[in-house]
Amino acid sequence: MNHLLKYSLLLACIVMLGACQENAEDTLPYIGNHPNPDAGEYHRVKDFSFINQDSVIVTQEDFAGKAYVVDFFFTSCPTICPKVKQQMLRVYEQFADENQLLFLSHTVDPKYDTPERLKAYAEKLDINTEKWHLVTGTQEELHGISDDYMSIALENADAPGGFDHSGRLILVDADRHIRAFCNGTNPEEVTDFMKDVEKLLNEMDKG
Amino acid sequence: MKWIKASLPFLLLLLLAMACQSDNPYKQGEILYLNFCSNCHMDNGAGLGELIPPVAQSDYLANHQSNIACLIKYGMEGEIVVNGKTYNQPMPAVPQLNDVEITNVINYLNHAWGNDLGTVRLQDVQQQLEQCVK
Repeated sequence: MNHLLKYSLLLACIVMLGACQENAEDTLPYIGNHPNPDAGEYHRVKDFSFINQDSVIVTQEDFAGKAYVVDFFFTSCPTICPKVKQQMLRVYEQFADENQLLFLSHTVDPKYDTPERLKAYAEKLDINTEKWHLVTGTQEELHGISDDYMSIALENADAPGGFDHSGRLILVDADRHIRAFCNGTNPEEVTDFMKDVEKLLNEMDKG
Repeated sequence: MKWIKASLPFLLLLLLAMACQSDNPYKQGEILYLNFCSNCHMDNGAGLGELIPPVAQSDYLANHQSNIACLIKYGMEGEIVVNGKTYNQPMPAVPQLNDVEITNVINYLNHAWGNDLGTVRLQDVQQQLEQCVK
């Protein structure tokens, strides 16, 4: 009898734990230093204006009402960028038919990565401008906005290729709140990240 | 009964020899590839779109065996055609690798992902490296 009680208690615990987890996993968290989370004021990416691979100005208006995935890279990057791009492509292809989701890649090397170079890069990856913007701008603005996305973009003469930058993929919701991120060099993390994207899209459908 | 006893040491030796043999004879080459090459050419050798050419099942790799050591050591620039597609992304040099390491990387490349391009010897690689057009 004692045993039975113990086991049923244990079972109850496990069931409860499972239930909790399910709840926690249903909605994505809001990530960042929030000005006033109790009032629903979460960290929000500031307004921006960059130039994309078609030499068209791209601002937050182009992403209004859409979720989007962000990364930082440069076309001449000798280190992690191709791997991260391969994983970005994976996410892009997975959600190819999803018109609620866009992609935004920032170069950290605007001196070299002109719109023409970004255009050539986009063509070689066979990506669609309307869904995936590769943007350049001033170095100050590009490196500055990486803070907003909680990523890293820094010039560093000692780093391979001249820049330090993070390989993160960042998921931003329609209100420019950050909802998920992952290490874009790790395919397993990216698999989980894609589930987060799915969750956000479901949330938008309901909302 | 006696012959069993006598052959026991040999059997043990054989077992030991089999245990020592790894499935992958290109271990160092693989580790070096993963550290120095796979960021661009990917773990599976597939490359990236039409930006970075594949090294798995690549006609370029097969047809440029006499030049691969130089490519690794000094990098390359300009247009190349691999499996019918044109690529034009500069490949950075990998000056960190010594001759033995380059040999190991090539032997890994030549046998990974279904590649079957034969084995190169250190002497071949050293000879090739002396004649690189930098």
